[in-house]
Amino acid sequence: MLPTGAMLRAALTLGLFAAVGVFLVALTHAGTRDRIAEVERQALLRNLHAVIRPEAHDNDPTADVIEVQDPLFLGAEGPVPVYRARLAGQPVAAILTPVAPDGYAGAIRLIVAVYYDGTVAGVRVLSHRETPGLGDLLEERRSPWITRFAGCSLGDPPAEQWKVKRDGGAFDQFTGATITPRSVVKAVRHTLEYVRAHRETLFAPAPAAAAAQRSE
Amino acid sequence: MRDSTYAPIIRDGLWSNNPALVQVLGLCPTLAVSSSVVNGLGLGLATLLVLVTTNVTISLISNVVRPEVRIPVYVLVIASAVTVIDLTMKAYFTELHAVLGIFIPLIVVNCNVLGRAEAFASRNPVLPSLVDGLAVGLGFTLVLVALGGMRELAGQGTLLSQAEVMLGEWAGWMTVTVFHDYPGFLAALLPPGAFIGLGLLIALKNAIDRRQLARATVAQRALASSPAT
Repeated sequence: MLPTGAMLRAALTLGLFAAVGVFLVALTHAGTRDRIAEVERQALLRNLHAVIRPEAHDNDPTADVIEVQDPLFLGAEGPVPVYRARLAGQPVAAILTPVAPDGYAGAIRLIVAVYYDGTVAGVRVLSHRETPGLGDLLEERRSPWITRFAGCSLGDPPAEQWKVKRDGGAFDQFTGATITPRSVVKAVRHTLEYVRAHRETLFAPAPAAAAAQRSE
Repeated sequence: MRDSTYAPIIRDGLWSNNPALVQVLGLCPTLAVSSSVVNGLGLGLATLLVLVTTNVTISLISNVVRPEVRIPVYVLVIASAVTVIDLTMKAYFTELHAVLGIFIPLIVVNCNVLGRAEAFASRNPVLPSLVDGLAVGLGFTLVLVALGGMRELAGQGTLLSQAEVMLGEWAGWMTVTVFHDYPGFLAALLPPGAFIGLGLLIALKNAIDRRQLARATVAQRALASSPAT
């Protein structure tokens, strides 16, 4: 058992180091906060521009966001952001980040851009844990499979063809991996169905704040 | 004098007491992140930076801190250093940070860091502690890079792929495709490949050590048996 004085000194030392540590971390946080927010915005913009051409819109979709929630069709329990691309104030496309919950190794996060007329502008995978070499053919840099969705809509291919070929549909599966593409095809079809059902809300005019920001 | 102080520290960290090959500490990041050269290098350098920072700090404060509270204080120092480095990497090396993900914050619990703090930095002056941090960090980085190279080469037939993620766009040319049209060898990229690869590296190190020992013994015997001149 330490004498009280020594115990007090030990406690003070500990408290002092905790305070200094917190101070340093807070300082770094304050110094990097703006830059982290900016690089995150840039990364988001890069993802958005993977599914929609930059010249197709003239607004900042990262600032024109609404949140929607539909666990059944969008696969995520919580709210999902919808980024809106507009050209001269007219709606061009809505960009959603649905989740395919039934991948081979857990959820697959997607980014899907849907034009105002209901056709797919583009689909990419944001994150997945599918088997390297089999399921990861989802990634655009590994195979062109994911680009197959561009130009598709609920009528083209027909609704009953929105499946992988093994299930009698129009989309290729991967050699040795059917579950992954099946899950992604289903998620994209669900997204299109969601956009069709909520078209008015999704493409509603931008809130005043976003409009003001755009005209700056 | 100078040589006799620092040379053993460097030799210990890099070779004879290598954190990954001999002490086999920090096994979790070693195995999880070493799927490519760039990943290995990224985590290795981050760990090196943490080791140097914490070794120097702890060597400076070791006289002030009572032995009863030294471990919590060390953990505080390490956690602060790691958080600062984590935030800084997120701001300036965003993509690499995204790849290394959870393993940067987890440097806090890398046994190497607390191990060096307790076993070396708390008992030695600042300069030797700095050298020790550098040597141990470098030893760890080298193993991560070697293991990453083995797994990347066997797994996907390339070396230094995604160098641009770490070093910026200009580094894209550094990627070497060693085997064209390589079909890929999945096992090397999955966790079993990491265990097997690390096993091979440890075996290689032991083999080299043994050969050197044998050679030294032979030389000694020759010296002993030859008549003194």
